[in-house]
Amino acid sequence: MGAYQVLQGPEGYLPPAAAMQGVTLAGPGKAMIEGRHVEKQEAIECIAEKLLGATVPTFFPGPLVLWRTTDYAQERGKLIREISAEVGAKVIPMPDYRPKYPMINPEVEINPNHPNLTIWFNKIDVGVFIGVHCHQANLALKIIRGGTSCFTVALCAEEGHEEANVSLRETDNDTLRKLLATVKDLKKRRA
Amino acid sequence: MSLAITKINPAFVDVMPQEYLDLASDGPFAADKSVKDLGTFKELIEEHPLCAGCNLALAFRTLISALPCPEDTVIVGSTGCNSLAFPQLAIHNVHALFGNQNAVASGLKRGLKLRFPDQNKDVVVMAGDGATADIGFDMTMHSWIRGENITTVMFDNEIYANTGGQESGMTPFGTVRNMAPTGKNFQKMNVPEFAKQAGCVYVAKVSTANTAKIGQCFRNAVLAAREIGPTYIQIYTPCPTNLKMKPAESVALAKKRAKEDYAFEEYMSEEVENLLVSSGAIKPKVKKEEGKK
Ligand SMILES: Cc1ncc(C[n+]2csc(CCOP(=O)(O)OP(=O)(O)O)c2C)c(N)n1
Ligand SMILES: [Mg+2]
Repeated sequence: MGAYQVLQGPEGYLPPAAAMQGVTLAGPGKAMIEGRHVEKQEAIECIAEKLLGATVPTFFPGPLVLWRTTDYAQERGKLIREISAEVGAKVIPMPDYRPKYPMINPEVEINPNHPNLTIWFNKIDVGVFIGVHCHQANLALKIIRGGTSCFTVALCAEEGHEEANVSLRETDNDTLRKLLATVKDLKKRRA
Repeated sequence: MSLAITKINPAFVDVMPQEYLDLASDGPFAADKSVKDLGTFKELIEEHPLCAGCNLALAFRTLISALPCPEDTVIVGSTGCNSLAFPQLAIHNVHALFGNQNAVASGLKRGLKLRFPDQNKDVVVMAGDGATADIGFDMTMHSWIRGENITTVMFDNEIYANTGGQESGMTPFGTVRNMAPTGKNFQKMNVPEFAKQAGCVYVAKVSTANTAKIGQCFRNAVLAAREIGPTYIQIYTPCPTNLKMKPAESVALAKKRAKEDYAFEEYMSEEVENLLVSSGAIKPKVKKEEGKK
């Protein structure tokens, strides 16, 4: 049996947790594509390509970037908006993690307990998580992989996510600048 | 730090749903709102799936509006009707396994003290009578005996409402309920008295007949728990659904009971009284005869 691949969904109603299938987090300086450990730059290029090739690319900023108005968070916010503008992506926030029974408004927000509603409603084909606390990100990523065909990217400030199709770790603002530069570069080469 | 989490990053103001814009601009954070301000600010709890006329919902809304420091509060709930409102609550809350709420809150409070030694973090338990006085009674009592710095609120609807109407320890003697057809054959537990004996430094018995009172007592209880020791609030919250009454009649029932066996009672230790007087929360000499030992 080959290594388990964290592929674009739908994998099925209850996909196995990638970690349980033997997928491990990449170490410092590395990244992950579909569960494989790769060089960070390779993953950044993959993200840029996916974003530029998508029909409805979307950024999902979470509470860690939406609320903390430190200088660092504000700069991070600007970078996220620059990248999303560059690739023509929507920005749909995940302001908190309340299940908000009976339903959220999928047009304007995404919720980790039923992220599929927002993906389906907006027909999102590439979704980028950033600033979402890791536990909630893993939950949302797994649900998306289970029930939708959305390609997922995790721009994690900690150690990354097994459940994402592409995952960066220690995504600081410099990494975001690198992603922005890679996107611009790729656009130029394609033009 | 704590208030920063109530401010929206300027880069995302244009994409934030209206609800959050309202919370940030017109919410109760650092604004010292109270019950009398209800209707004039963006509340932390708005929609909820509880029944029409639910007095628990009324008490819940009142309590939340009276929190002295919502941005630095964690509420621990338990299984029961009240837990259905929690998912909508826009501040940190934890759903504990039925009965475990005071144990979860104890650990949480201790953890928060270690993690944020220089900040106040209020931990409040809000649970039903079944969770507090029956299945979680062990956890409730021992958290008091250990002197944990938490506030415990009991929504006393005198019934297991969420599971269809079984009797609880808080159901009055002789009461017949949907699933207690022969009538209860022992007394209602006197939890306020247990609370005093177990070391609660502030205890109040209130009802939805007087929501302003709920707000004041709750505020006192949270401040006292922060500085001194465990505190307890017991609120009579009749359930129109199980009692098969019209929603509009339920507050009338609370008013009736407030004149009978659910009259307002308040106890506070001398230390709490000094604290509340010195902080301006109460005027001196409010002690009811309950308080005198
Ligand atoms: C460990 C456990 N035991 C029993 C139950 C079943 N149960 C769910 S709600 C409930 C009664 C709740 O009564 P109360 O605490 O008074 O809350 P109310 O619904 O009246 O607000 C019970 C017994 C459960 N969910 N978990
Ligand atoms: Mg009850």
